[in-house]
Amino acid sequence: MKGWNWDGFFEYLTNTYILEGAAVTLGLTIAAMTLGVVAGCVVALMRMSPFRILSNIAYFYTWLIRGTPLLVQLIIIYTGLPQIGIKFSVLEATLIGLVMNEAAYLSEIIRSGISSVPKGQSNAARAVGMTDVQMMRYIIAPQAARIIIPPLGNSVNGCLKTTSIASIISMEELLRRTQVLIQEKFMVLELFVVAALYYLLMTTAWDLIQRRIERHFGRGYDIKADAAEQR
Amino acid sequence: MKPMIILEDVDKWYGKNFQVLKSCSLIVSPGEVVVICGPSGSGKSTLIKCVNGLEPVQGGRISVKDMEVTGPRTKLPKLRSHVGMVFQHFDLFPHMTVTENICIGQTRVLGRTQTEAEAKTAALLERVGMSDHARKYPIQLSGGQQQRIAIARALAMDPIAMLFDEPTSALDPEMITEVLDVMVELANEGMTMMVVTHEMGFARKVADRVVFMDGGEVVEDTPKDEFFASPKSQRAVEFLSKILDH
Ligand SMILES: Nc1ncnc2c1ncn2[C@@H]1O[C@H](COP(=O)(O)OP(=O)(O)OP(=O)(O)O)[C@@H](O)[C@H]1O
Ligand SMILES: [Mg+2]
Repeated sequence: MKGWNWDGFFEYLTNTYILEGAAVTLGLTIAAMTLGVVAGCVVALMRMSPFRILSNIAYFYTWLIRGTPLLVQLIIIYTGLPQIGIKFSVLEATLIGLVMNEAAYLSEIIRSGISSVPKGQSNAARAVGMTDVQMMRYIIAPQAARIIIPPLGNSVNGCLKTTSIASIISMEELLRRTQVLIQEKFMVLELFVVAALYYLLMTTAWDLIQRRIERHFGRGYDIKADAAEQR
Repeated sequence: MKPMIILEDVDKWYGKNFQVLKSCSLIVSPGEVVVICGPSGSGKSTLIKCVNGLEPVQGGRISVKDMEVTGPRTKLPKLRSHVGMVFQHFDLFPHMTVTENICIGQTRVLGRTQTEAEAKTAALLERVGMSDHARKYPIQLSGGQQQRIAIARALAMDPIAMLFDEPTSALDPEMITEVLDVMVELANEGMTMMVVTHEMGFARKVADRVVFMDGGEVVEDTPKDEFFASPKSQRAVEFLSKILDH
């Protein structure tokens, strides 16, 4: 039995190689979520569109993506597609896989958020002369956001952790770099605990941010908080 | 005088089999107050929503002042910015304060500056007796207060006509008067109004004409006094006796 190595643990807690890996994880999450929200909006609007073809395509897309594991998708994109002449770099393959997944899951979240806004709201917005775009921007989206933020926040949390799957196609994010170091140093427990702590740090930071965003979009719904703000 | 609102042989279907509006015709002159009543499901809400194009129609013609509502090239947002509408369930924007509710159309649709919009809003709040509530959110207000804000929101656009769809029927009895008072004042100032309501007291006080609808048809369109004294159709007689009884 080797026992727990405190010195090694603290050394790797501040190791730049691992720290860079964590930064990559963070960057992947930000990129995947940002592009995922945009693509998710597109898929959601297609799904809700009165045109059958559009909504069928959107339905097929979410069915396909949600019905298969990200791990398999990544391997197909990175390892499989070159077989038919389509080549992506590790980073490209990772981003494509992550964004495709987020778009599929987020589109469902966004769709239910938009449908939760009562019909009266769109009539009221139109009645003052708003165009459809203005109505979406000033009336529907902010109200849908209140419903969307909590599950969207869960998705961000999930995405921070899911990026680790990309280590399988040798994406150099936090988990991959941890594994590389373990190969060299054999401090299995210490290094995995360090990695876990970094994940925990990032998900906790996001938790705090999410709570602030929820408070912002909750205005007009929580009488006590609103009354306090008016004082 | 040139009419303000014209509906000419308006037909509307929901789906293929159900005709909600059957050749409805109606003319409202500037400054006129027309009350529309009739049994539930007779098509009153549908009719009034057609006037500002919230519901499309399949036949006939609708125009407001010089604007065709039913034309294929009509800019509906522009038309609607000139026609105020007040709904049964108020439909204030819940994520905005009272002031923001009244400002949003002014700034985003009419292009007024924030300062102009806020000045206008303050004046309107004074007028509907809601000055103390400018910074509250809709959820903090009673139904009657919300409806007065909804009226102010519509008036902020300087409308040439106002449409009301049962503005008091979702209110507790003690709040009905505060809303009707605002509407009576508006009528007395010469606003052109189409009002779907069963408040016959209001109709008696300010209506010029009463339109009675049943089964998607305009059954009766008569001057107010005539309507209350001796309705022409049997259906209107039955309807009146029902709502005046309770
Ligand atoms: N979107 C819709 N799709 C199908 N049918 C509808 C729709 N909206 C209304 N209807 C039907 O059209 C008829 C007229 O409805 P409308 O709301 O205009 O009646 P109303 O006179 O305003 O009734 P109420 O006094 O209950 O408000 C009703 O039978 C209603 O069920
Ligand atoms: Mg109705």
